[in-house]
Amino acid sequence: MTCENSSCQCGCSSNAFAELAPVMEKYANTPGSLIPILQKVQDIYGYISIDAINYISEKIGVKPAKIYGVATFYSQFRLKPIGKYLIMLCKGTACHVNGADKIEEAINEELNIRDGETTEDGLFTLNNMACLGCCSLAPVMMIRSGSEDETYGNLTKDSTKKVLNEIRNREA
Amino acid sequence: MKVVVGQGSCGVASGARKTAAEFERLISEKGLNIEVAKTGCVGNCYLEPIVDVYDDKGALTRYVKVQPDRVSDIVEKHLIGGEPAEGHAIMETDKMFIDKQERIVLRNCGLINPEDIEEYIAAGGYEATKKAVTSMTPEEVIEEIKVSGLRGRGGAGFPTWFKWNAARQAPGTEKYMVCNADEGDPGAFMDRSILEGDPHSLIEGMIIGGYAIGASEGLIYVRAEYPLAIHRLEIAMEQAREKGFLGNNIFESGYNFDIRIKAGAGAFVCGEETALIASLEGERGMPRLKPPFPAQKGFWQKPTNINNVETFANIPWIIAHGGAAFGAYGTPQSKGTKVFALAGKIKKGGLVEVPMGLPLKEVIYGIGDGIKDDKEFKAVQMGGPSGGCIPASLADTPVDYENITKTGAIVGFGGMIVMDETTCMVDMARYFLDFTRKESCGKCNYCRVGTKRMLEILERITLGEGKDGDIELLEELASKIKDGSMCGLGQTAPNPVLTTIKYFRNEYEDHIYKKKCTAHSCKELLTFTITDKCTGCTLCSRKCPVNAISGELKKLHEIDQRLCIKCGKCEEVCRFDAIIRD
Repeated sequence: MTCENSSCQCGCSSNAFAELAPVMEKYANTPGSLIPILQKVQDIYGYISIDAINYISEKIGVKPAKIYGVATFYSQFRLKPIGKYLIMLCKGTACHVNGADKIEEAINEELNIRDGETTEDGLFTLNNMACLGCCSLAPVMMIRSGSEDETYGNLTKDSTKKVLNEIRNREA
Repeated sequence: MKVVVGQGSCGVASGARKTAAEFERLISEKGLNIEVAKTGCVGNCYLEPIVDVYDDKGALTRYVKVQPDRVSDIVEKHLIGGEPAEGHAIMETDKMFIDKQERIVLRNCGLINPEDIEEYIAAGGYEATKKAVTSMTPEEVIEEIKVSGLRGRGGAGFPTWFKWNAARQAPGTEKYMVCNADEGDPGAFMDRSILEGDPHSLIEGMIIGGYAIGASEGLIYVRAEYPLAIHRLEIAMEQAREKGFLGNNIFESGYNFDIRIKAGAGAFVCGEETALIASLEGERGMPRLKPPFPAQKGFWQKPTNINNVETFANIPWIIAHGGAAFGAYGTPQSKGTKVFALAGKIKKGGLVEVPMGLPLKEVIYGIGDGIKDDKEFKAVQMGGPSGGCIPASLADTPVDYENITKTGAIVGFGGMIVMDETTCMVDMARYFLDFTRKESCGKCNYCRVGTKRMLEILERITLGEGKDGDIELLEELASKIKDGSMCGLGQTAPNPVLTTIKYFRNEYEDHIYKKKCTAHSCKELLTFTITDKCTGCTLCSRKCPVNAISGELKKLHEIDQRLCIKCGKCEEVCRFDAIIRD
């Protein structure tokens, strides 16, 4: 695994980010495109690795530290891989008032993960969100797998556990 | 005949796609020739999924809570039988929810198919654009907006015409019209509903605004968390381009304008104009000092005007009907209507558009039908993390910019979160400080460190470790954070704490001095006890995770307070209401 470009220290193979080539081509000459590039990287790989940051840096001539700064500023970006199912638990005001903390408790009890953590089997990651915008269905969570989103509303501790168990049984 | 299934995010989350699929399946199985169309958010979120059936004369029957298992009944009775299916239709009392509103911004939401420009045009769409670019000068457009009295609907309530005029007057040929669709306020969802339900009204508002300030490019900064909104915007923009409403020489007027979407990446501070511009340029979204204002130096240092989605959605209506017609709604200082997102402990939650100046209680009781489970109305939170809690005693307050600001809250985005007797106000303050602490960009010391310190104090109060002097310390920190922060986020972050101290000081004192949570909500301050209603069924003692409950079968049980972890499991499982929390 060596880079063709000798200035690159990342240790990646030159083809490691082949899927990104068209993205880079599209955005390379448009200034201010760092955020859309990072969004594409996350779409493709599920997260933004340090290798990816180095790769982008090399392609668009922005220092890795700056890319890291942008990637860590916004809540959308993740620097670690996530589980197959991403649980986005709404912690918006309406959900808070209607007991989102209880739902978080249920997820903790069932999966033994806290905000930002992934289960050992790599099946679930929990991310608390500021607001999913379905306030009338509070408390709400959205579970994303691949490009599929499923929203669950009017949750109780029991119904939350049931949803998680159904997914786990399906995957077993 | 036509079947229309409401498919905004709330509808989809309630299962509207499955409902629509079931209609399609049964209609094709029965060999019927009936179209199944989609529309955006109807507004009665608490009744989703909502299905509208139009008969051949155009008469509407609205069905509510239509889960897939109810579809076959509607197909049999109504689509085949020709008579409305009883038992599924909307109740008269629920119709009031919409009938009591005045819909300008939401004029098309829930009525047209947001993915079909023809339906928008049939509802009078793009007439205002045509009128503005072919028969009005940019100055006349600005004058019309001035007459309307429209103020920014994104939070600050700044007069829209004034901003437009400043951008118009700014020297330079390259200018930008930006739409802030980064609805970051937890508990507000009106922008999402407009984007999903009537995207063309926003596009049209931007074209007219762009014409007024002399911009040829528009940018929509939209939350990445709203994929459906982005999808529908993309469709709408493409259709508008095909029709020649976007692009070169719009309506043969010689005016050129096009729009790009930029997906935000999740940062509340980007609601601040200069932070939003930094984010558009691919930087960390940190605000900078003003002046220069964006109207002078904004996106790439060019004159830039930023308005929010709801503001833009008003524009076509104002141009089509005249500023005076808009100004006829509302109060002298706060003209027009405002959309509110009614949620929390409310019976009928959803999107509500009412003239400014309506008393708060009219919104909560008249439209929202009061408090869930008939509990006692305690307060309403307005303005999200920048706003405050208005107590029930001020329920007569007219909802307009001036009167709401007097209470210590703000109109803001228009989020209205209703709270009942079980909501702890100290915990609410803690919740919002936790939010602003996380969202502070870190540029100003007082905002970065001060919110953290305030959060720590609030946390210890809710844990029963509050100290004498904590309330005063919170007040002192609050005033320093307000003075020492550069942007709106820091300047308003203490508001939720200040308003709860102002109106609910007794709750703070109960927590600190009596070690009691008035609302019986803060876990660490609870005591669970078993009353003589206990039948000795042993269920609670079997369910207790720490074996803190003892007692023999058919005899009164007891909780060992030293062992109890206050999880509330016993209260949850008890079938005899024998457990009280205090």
